[in-house]
Amino acid sequence: METAIQTPSYAEAEVNKELTPEQKIEFLRQMTRIRRFELAALKFYNLGKMGGFLHLYNGQEAVAVGTISLLGTNDHVITAYRNHGHALAVGMTPEECMAELFGKATGCSKGKGGSMHFFAPDKNYWGGHGIVAGQTPLGLGLAYGLKYKGIEGCCLCYLGDGAVNQGSYHESLNLAALQKLPVIYIIENNGYSMGTSLSRSSAFKESLASRAEGYNIAWDMVNGEDLYEVRAKTQVAIDRAHKESLPTVLEIATYRYYGHSVADANAKKYRTAEEIERYKHEHDPIQLWQKRLLEEGIITEEEIEAIDKAAREEVNQAVRFAEESPFPSESEIFDDVYYEVDHQTESGRRGKHFFNN
Amino acid sequence: MPLITYRKALNDALAEEIIRDENVVIIGEEVAEYNGAYKVTEGLWQRFGSKRIVDTPISEAGFIGMGVGASMLGVRPVMELMFWSFAYVAFDQIVNNAGCIRYMSGGAINCPIVIRGPANGGTNVGATHSHTPENFLANVPGLKVVCPATAYDAKGLMKSAIRDNDPVMFMENTLLYGEKWEVPEEEYLIPLGSADVKRPGSDISLIAHGRAVITCLKAAELLEAEHNIKAEVVDLRSIRPLDEETILKSVRKTHRAVLVEENKPFCGVAAEIAALIQEKAFDDLDAPVARVSSLDAPAIYSPELEKIQLPTPHRVMQKVLSIC
Repeated sequence: METAIQTPSYAEAEVNKELTPEQKIEFLRQMTRIRRFELAALKFYNLGKMGGFLHLYNGQEAVAVGTISLLGTNDHVITAYRNHGHALAVGMTPEECMAELFGKATGCSKGKGGSMHFFAPDKNYWGGHGIVAGQTPLGLGLAYGLKYKGIEGCCLCYLGDGAVNQGSYHESLNLAALQKLPVIYIIENNGYSMGTSLSRSSAFKESLASRAEGYNIAWDMVNGEDLYEVRAKTQVAIDRAHKESLPTVLEIATYRYYGHSVADANAKKYRTAEEIERYKHEHDPIQLWQKRLLEEGIITEEEIEAIDKAAREEVNQAVRFAEESPFPSESEIFDDVYYEVDHQTESGRRGKHFFNN
Repeated sequence: MPLITYRKALNDALAEEIIRDENVVIIGEEVAEYNGAYKVTEGLWQRFGSKRIVDTPISEAGFIGMGVGASMLGVRPVMELMFWSFAYVAFDQIVNNAGCIRYMSGGAINCPIVIRGPANGGTNVGATHSHTPENFLANVPGLKVVCPATAYDAKGLMKSAIRDNDPVMFMENTLLYGEKWEVPEEEYLIPLGSADVKRPGSDISLIAHGRAVITCLKAAELLEAEHNIKAEVVDLRSIRPLDEETILKSVRKTHRAVLVEENKPFCGVAAEIAALIQEKAFDDLDAPVARVSSLDAPAIYSPELEKIQLPTPHRVMQKVLSIC
């Protein structure tokens, strides 16, 4: 599973060759923003400013940023509960995301979703789903909707390595192949299904992605610490979805630095501290991208530092925004349950919808 | 007015809505080429083709979730479950996804999906195929639940359900599919959340939904003929939203109520109605609210016994006599 960038070949892929220096720097800016957002979330979670669970994306940034950087107007995104990186990568603001974590009315879901449930359908971002693999049929449905409406697009549906043994995922693969739907399942394989390592949770011959073979679905393996490779291989899948309306399974090798969630009491028991340190020092996607940009001569150490400083300031501002925002009012508890009630349509006004006592 | 079957009424409703709205699509097991396991979709595939009438593999979690996802993009899928009992393998998709996405997204998303199929016992297919989940799906804020008892209601409610912008769980009954009722040829809609007094009466309110309404109508005839008791039969039609006013109006008139359902008693729909009546019409009652539900065991196979496991007109009558 452990990988290191060996070859510059993916930099030469068409989709990477056409990148401008500013676009490459923007990827660094996005990954740095995600990293700083998560570190701030961790800090304020530990200070008791937010409830529930907090599943951090640190170490996996190149996956969301690399894949989402390729999407066009009619491409959609849906993921599981480790969803802050994807949300920021589609363009949601740190303010609305941080406010959601703080449970505030200004949060992206008005404080009704929490850490695992960020949504921005106006940015083709459909969540943020808390039940392992529960989003995989929904991603299929988004692809179905595109095909039904005759729109050339695709849906990137992310899941973790722990989700690949859920029945709903396998049912989705079968349906995707049968109906020829433009969905791309992206397994972010960080090696651990909560506290259970890959070898203890999944039976497979070659890889998790190769299970797609049984459904006659194209698949590939991707080194998730190399943004160029992530982009190059994801573009192949996107082209397949757009041009042939066919699904793909991509397995992207990656690593999370923190526990399954911050509440994961055994975060350092099911893997060694040395392993975590090795990934942080040798396989960190942000450091590796910085190194590449320095080697390509399109950024300086000072500019890297400035990007990090700007990200910290941006996130600090998001925390201030979240802290200063009001909690939702009690009267909002019954909003957003039923569309027809919210819009006070004839249907929404008829009959009793809420059964309070 | 033409007499048509409950099955044909549903079929007509689906066809009319497919013609009316290009986003309406029928998806489910055997709905297209096979003509529907219970023939509710008979002829639709021949008329409308494979884009609008879509066969799926036996894969409820997958295809129900697919329908929910498509509905988020504005497709209006009508999903057939061959039996509502099969919803249990798609429970996460129905409850967590269809039921909760709107709330968790702060109202940014809605799921205009209908999930339909039969939910009934009485066909000697054993416990796994005889579930009646209207009570626990109505327990989920975000979902709507309807249970039509006649062809007329089935058609009007189905058309409203398809046009509704929230997820509607539409529960039919295989024992009613072949029964006939008068259904007008011209278009009509029955709004969700409106109950219907199926038989007026002055002495007691029989409040029911689904096929239990038919049982109550038979019981009401017997009560009148044999005991000169005039029972009013209130058909809920819609469980959530619930027409509280019609229920209370009837009880305030008759001062007595027996709640009848083919569901099990514990936390059943009737339990909710009983709580409502005691809370809001306590002073109007001349007797305790009574219930007649399915006998509280898994659905038994043995045909002779299953007949008495479900509420019968006789059992309803006995219960009425115990409080009148």
